[in-house]
Amino acid sequence: MAMTARQRARVSLYVQIGIFIVAVAALVLATDWKTIGNSVFNFGKIGPMFPDIFLVGLKNTLIYTFLGFVVGLSGGLLLALMKLSAFPLYRWIATGYIEFFRGIPALLVFIAFGYGVPLAFGVSWNVTIVVMVSLGMVASAYIAETLRAGLQAVPKGQLEAARSLGMPQWRAMVSIVIPQAFKIVLPPLTNEVILLTKDSSLIYVLGLTASQYELTKFGRDGISSLGAGLTPLLVAGAFYLVITIPLSLLARKFESRSARTKR
Amino acid sequence: MNDVVNSTAGNPGTVNAAGVSIKDLRKSYGTNEVLKGISLDVKPGEVVCLIGPSGSGKSTLLRCVNLLEQPNEGAIQVGGFEATDPDVDIDKMRRKVGMVFQQFNLFPHLDAKRNCTIAQTKVLKRSLAEADEVAQHNLDRVGLGHLSDRFPDQLSGGQQQRVAIARALSMNPELMLFDEPTSALDPETVGDVLSVMRNLAKEGMTMLVVTHEMGFAREVADRVVFMDGGVVVEEGVAEQVISAPTQSRTKEFLRRVLDPTHIEIEE
Repeated sequence: MAMTARQRARVSLYVQIGIFIVAVAALVLATDWKTIGNSVFNFGKIGPMFPDIFLVGLKNTLIYTFLGFVVGLSGGLLLALMKLSAFPLYRWIATGYIEFFRGIPALLVFIAFGYGVPLAFGVSWNVTIVVMVSLGMVASAYIAETLRAGLQAVPKGQLEAARSLGMPQWRAMVSIVIPQAFKIVLPPLTNEVILLTKDSSLIYVLGLTASQYELTKFGRDGISSLGAGLTPLLVAGAFYLVITIPLSLLARKFESRSARTKR
Repeated sequence: MNDVVNSTAGNPGTVNAAGVSIKDLRKSYGTNEVLKGISLDVKPGEVVCLIGPSGSGKSTLLRCVNLLEQPNEGAIQVGGFEATDPDVDIDKMRRKVGMVFQQFNLFPHLDAKRNCTIAQTKVLKRSLAEADEVAQHNLDRVGLGHLSDRFPDQLSGGQQQRVAIARALSMNPELMLFDEPTSALDPETVGDVLSVMRNLAKEGMTMLVVTHEMGFAREVADRVVFMDGGVVVEEGVAEQVISAPTQSRTKEFLRRVLDPTHIEIEE
């Protein structure tokens, strides 16, 4: 009756394989293949999406993400330094900002800057500005926490060594601490870009002209115009993966590199 | 090539040495008073070793000299600087004071030579060419001129510490502070670091050294200061303090340090 360790491992493997087969079979049997073929995998009708989803949609997604990231990185660095400041007011402001923007849905920020602010101040911002500000402000909050953790991960002795060589605080930060912190935060920062790429899809709540469409907007447009069901969204999703999977691999590469240099 | 550099840095006998004067120094962390009124003078060119049990305040005292710790009371003079004057230009003062840490604290993102040039170019505003020359000279001086393109993680602990000394020397300091420079080293690399320090002492550098290396203290130090519980218990000529201490706390400490196994058997 008693099994050896090797027998137990084998039985466990069989059980796992069995569960997998049952789960896949149940999924296949429960699926309405005809409907799915028409409304999700209906690739015959999506021709009109090309080449614009590629030339305009992908390009705009990349641009919006990049702009959001640039604003987010600058704002994030500022907030991180404020959070580490000796001046309490700066710490409170930074903490308040970070908690606020991490705590509300990014969608609300887009609506606020897309409709609320122009209404309240009587200004009219073009879409690029709205995206830059909205994405950037949300990204700042997340990136600030990442950078703060990175700055604090640099050993205190580094700052002391720099200061004892006569470097003023700012110079020690710029030449010694920030470059090291940057290496530490490279993997989480890359993940931040992945999140931003996906958040850029929230721009669909704004009124866009065709040349401003990004991937998701193309997908949603395709749903109503092509009669291929949800297939256009599937295509848009595939384009997101084209961006995010290489980034994910890059993050992993950074991670293994910094693990190697650490002793 | 060295002839050119020798004029700017560290030729034997050309060290421009500064003295230190510490008066009634007090330092507390919360309610814990670590330094309880320390007075100590170091003359230009003098080598003073601070010894004592851990927690005696010797590292804190050393770190007060270049204001890595802010003293609560008392006065410190370093060269021409009133370190304890609230209006002192800390950065300007620190350029004159080299510091060597127990954990080396080399900059890991820079190679050995860049470790030695970065403060020269950013703080002293030397040209990169001049800074390079000074760095190379000082790396040669600590016996590591051939490893100037190595990064800290490619160097042994002893080599890292010698680069750290070269880095400090590249600023042409007038006083060098050593905070347990060999305590984190593998035993076989301790000797190289100590011999670099010995040479530095011979060249007339003012040195304040926190150390547990009694052999080094006896041989190199002009004076040894024994601290315990935040006060100076005994100070005097190195040979006398180490070989013939007068205070019982000093005797007890030296007995433990010089012959640790003996104590174990007794207990």
